[in-house]
Amino acid sequence: MSLEVARDGAGNIVPNAAPQAVNDVVISVATSNGTGSQSANLILMRSIFNMGIPTGAKNMFPSNIQGLPTWFTVRANHSGWTARKKHADVVVCMNVESVEDDVANMRPGDTLIINKSLYGKVKRTDLLVHVVPFDELVVPVCPDTRLRKMVVNILYVGVLAHLLNIDLEELKKAIARQFGSKVKAAELNTKAALHGYEWAKANIPAHPKLKLQRMDKTAGKIVIEGNQAAGLGLVFGGLTFLAWYPITPSSSLCENAIDYLEEFRKDPDGKATYAVIQAEDEIASIGAVVGAGWAGARSATATAGPGISLMSEFAGLSYFAEIPAVILDVQRMGPSTGLPTRTCQGDIFKAYHLSHGDCKHPLLLPGSPQECFEFAAESLNLAERLQTLVFVMLDLDLGMNNWMSEPFAPITKAIDRGKVLSSEDLKKLGEFARYKDVDGDGICYRTLPGTDNPLGTYFTRGTGHTEKATYSEKPKDWKGNIDRLARKFDTARTLMPKPVLKTMPGAEVGIIAFGSTDMALEEARVRLRDELGLPTNYLRLRALPIGAETREFIAQHKVIYVVEQNRDAQCASILRLDCPEAATKLQSVLHYDGMPIDAQSIIDGITAAQKAAKERS
Amino acid sequence: MTVGAPTPTAPAVAAKPAGKVNRLGLEQTAYKGAESTLCAGCGHDAITASIIKSLYEYGIEPYRVAKLSGIGCSSKTTAYFLGQSHGFNSVHGRMAAIAMGVNSANRNLVNIGVSGDGDTASIGLGNFLHMVRRNVPMVYIVENNGCYGLTKGQFSATADKGSVQKGGGVNEMPPIDICAMAVQMGCGYVARSFAGDPKQVVSLLKGAVAYNGTAVIDIVSPCVTFNNHEGSTKSQTYARANEDPLHELGFVPFFEQVTVEYDPGTTKLVTLQDGSKITLKKLERDYDPTNRSQVMDLLHQANKEQLFLTGLLYTGDAGKPLDEQLNLIDEPLATLPASRIRPPPEALAKVMETFK
Ligand SMILES: Cc1ncc(C[n+]2csc(CCOP(=O)(O)OP(=O)(O)O)c2C)c(N)n1
Ligand code: SF4
Ligand SMILES: [Mg+2]
Repeated sequence: MSLEVARDGAGNIVPNAAPQAVNDVVISVATSNGTGSQSANLILMRSIFNMGIPTGAKNMFPSNIQGLPTWFTVRANHSGWTARKKHADVVVCMNVESVEDDVANMRPGDTLIINKSLYGKVKRTDLLVHVVPFDELVVPVCPDTRLRKMVVNILYVGVLAHLLNIDLEELKKAIARQFGSKVKAAELNTKAALHGYEWAKANIPAHPKLKLQRMDKTAGKIVIEGNQAAGLGLVFGGLTFLAWYPITPSSSLCENAIDYLEEFRKDPDGKATYAVIQAEDEIASIGAVVGAGWAGARSATATAGPGISLMSEFAGLSYFAEIPAVILDVQRMGPSTGLPTRTCQGDIFKAYHLSHGDCKHPLLLPGSPQECFEFAAESLNLAERLQTLVFVMLDLDLGMNNWMSEPFAPITKAIDRGKVLSSEDLKKLGEFARYKDVDGDGICYRTLPGTDNPLGTYFTRGTGHTEKATYSEKPKDWKGNIDRLARKFDTARTLMPKPVLKTMPGAEVGIIAFGSTDMALEEARVRLRDELGLPTNYLRLRALPIGAETREFIAQHKVIYVVEQNRDAQCASILRLDCPEAATKLQSVLHYDGMPIDAQSIIDGITAAQKAAKERS
Repeated sequence: MTVGAPTPTAPAVAAKPAGKVNRLGLEQTAYKGAESTLCAGCGHDAITASIIKSLYEYGIEPYRVAKLSGIGCSSKTTAYFLGQSHGFNSVHGRMAAIAMGVNSANRNLVNIGVSGDGDTASIGLGNFLHMVRRNVPMVYIVENNGCYGLTKGQFSATADKGSVQKGGGVNEMPPIDICAMAVQMGCGYVARSFAGDPKQVVSLLKGAVAYNGTAVIDIVSPCVTFNNHEGSTKSQTYARANEDPLHELGFVPFFEQVTVEYDPGTTKLVTLQDGSKITLKKLERDYDPTNRSQVMDLLHQANKEQLFLTGLLYTGDAGKPLDEQLNLIDEPLATLPASRIRPPPEALAKVMETFK
């Protein structure tokens, strides 16, 4: 490491932190999975958020129920930048398994709070270290030995409250909120937190530079996970059928949807206006979704990469037979188990072309919890409007981490059931051909099983068919049909959410990004401009296929950096297919180590690319 | 699948029928579909004819039926009956999954599913068992020819041990008994039959329609092109020579009175949920299809001795069908108005408070 630790005249370590270090701190807590540290960490985050300071949190957990190391980072930032930062300013070490690595990764001058029993492992002399006898401190506040493993966690929150000046009243409120009706647990935790606080006050100084101080930037805001938002979006979008098979990181999306369905979608007599099936595998989930979509339900499933693979054949059937269906893909790393608890945007290309024989599916790309909510709802409309499979692409970072957001406004757009003909419509029309492009937009009219009019009857199959849905292997029929499907996909371009464009004066460089990258990207842009004099224009894709706006953006810029969280530049590849003339203008900045993307990585990627370009010319 | 009384809507076809009509005033032609494209003499076509006859005689409005199938020669046949019903020839082995969705979306539909032995017992076995376990209301017909017809005659998982392939290969593995599996999974209506015994097939089909829940009928249906030779245990000749009916079956629909006097010593009556009755006249065996332990013994024996026993193997309580387990409202979810499926803005505001 080239960084030298700074020392003052007396030889004391000067802690890291920008000179202006009020309300700008990253705290990382290393614990062991299954010790109940999650509640303590959420309380920590809440306390800071309640002080009016923009706060975000990332939970880096293992694929394990108990025992493996887990990290929770909280970033509080006065400017609202709450994306991941690679390094924490304050590290709390509670886990013997990871302590050596955790300490090794710290920058000189960072602050370490370490459990006394682990202190022997610390070999560094360039850190600001506070040794806390957590195991002793917990004894007097928690007589029940079985609970100590859990209660010890809230003690470090108390210590941090002193170190960083967290408001004790907000801490108490956060504890009460976390434990809700479990009053006893709340009391115990409050007592322990205050005990930790008092101990710290008596034994360690407040941080000389880092300080939290009340501000007013979170009033009225919410903290929510993308999976909670998307689950809610399905319910308010008029979902009537959900089938799923548990897989991290998508399970909580379905579980949230189910909770809200139970709360809001039952008649007074307890009868449900929805159906949920926990299927036996992902083939069955998507099969049931397609069956329900065919029969007229607004139906969806949620899964992750391995599930997507199993859904491949039905994805193609939905496309060819034109059956509405929605898959919410909460992306994670790799096949098989891969890194099931790590994030990426690695399913973009696969989802876009899932199945065989010229398949293309619309993808919604939410970039915030707000959009998880809106797009989950809108996906049901689009699936029925376009009569096809629609993906909503979340990722683990967006889906399972805590994000600050404005409260969601009610959805004002009416529920769209698409082109469905009733028995009366059929009577008026006097004719019906399931796959005839009556309106010239590639979208045909459909009828639902159970429609009481023989005119509306048709037979659905994946095989070649005529406009009247009769069996055909004639080249003309096959080609005519898939050419129409291509036209329908062009119609989709006009119906998908438009990209969001953000410009800076004097900018020549363009950036395209999407999904959970957004927050880190906005931060990177400000720093690129302010620190490196590089203003940029930013187009945030919110859907694929692209429409005219994106083409125009690409045409207007000489160089466009496509920032995404995968190795193979999957989104850039799709953009190149749509804009072959711009293929060489699109340069990739990629991040794919399993961790959520951070602003520094984006800055490094863009500056490296700029440097390389300069050297070439 | 309980069909019950016809809905008040007028039948869709033929205002003035010339020929014989059923209780809805429909002729049998109203239950026909497209021309079959299967090989002449294929057992599947015989089953199609029985399906048409049974649905006609029972009297179902075609528009209330959803025809479901997987992939295979057998699965194609949903196009060959009920031309006035919606049909879905879906994905190989996945009819069961489709059916779960269809029943959830519209519980008023009468689901008639046709699958093959490959479709059900090979690729689709897992989904099939789970569907039975869930008691998805449907008539689940397996047209069982012991081979993959559509991919040209490879053995399927129902081929009997020792059965010979057209090319001479011998199957060394034990067969998967679809009926035994269904019973094991708690199915409340399990039958086996032979395509060449239309009288029995028709009675069993009507019973399946009258039954509310998953009704599985495994029908041996010879593939005349690939599995009809000497040494095959699913050939026409073999099936005809070896069919061993457990009882003589009859069916009295709910809308007809039981007119014949039945001797309780020789004939058993089984009443289904909609009031229809199946009559079982004793033949050689003293067999009670409502006795679950007897059916397992029987199937075990049949398997060991390679007996081709046909008839109603088992019927009994299978618990609530899927739509009742889901506690669904009466009307189809598919056609609920927007006001019933989007909670009001106050509900969202309430949820938002919990995240503040
Ligand atoms: C996923 C998949 N694998 C393989 C096939 C090829 N295939 C089509 S039909 C069939 C077997 C059908 O056998 P069965 O269900 O017994 O129907 P039969 O033709 O004998 O009536 C196979 C293997 C397919 N359509 N899909
Ligand atoms: S190949 Fe066999 S199963 Fe298929 S249609 Fe011909 S006879 Fe029937
Ligand atoms: Mg077969």
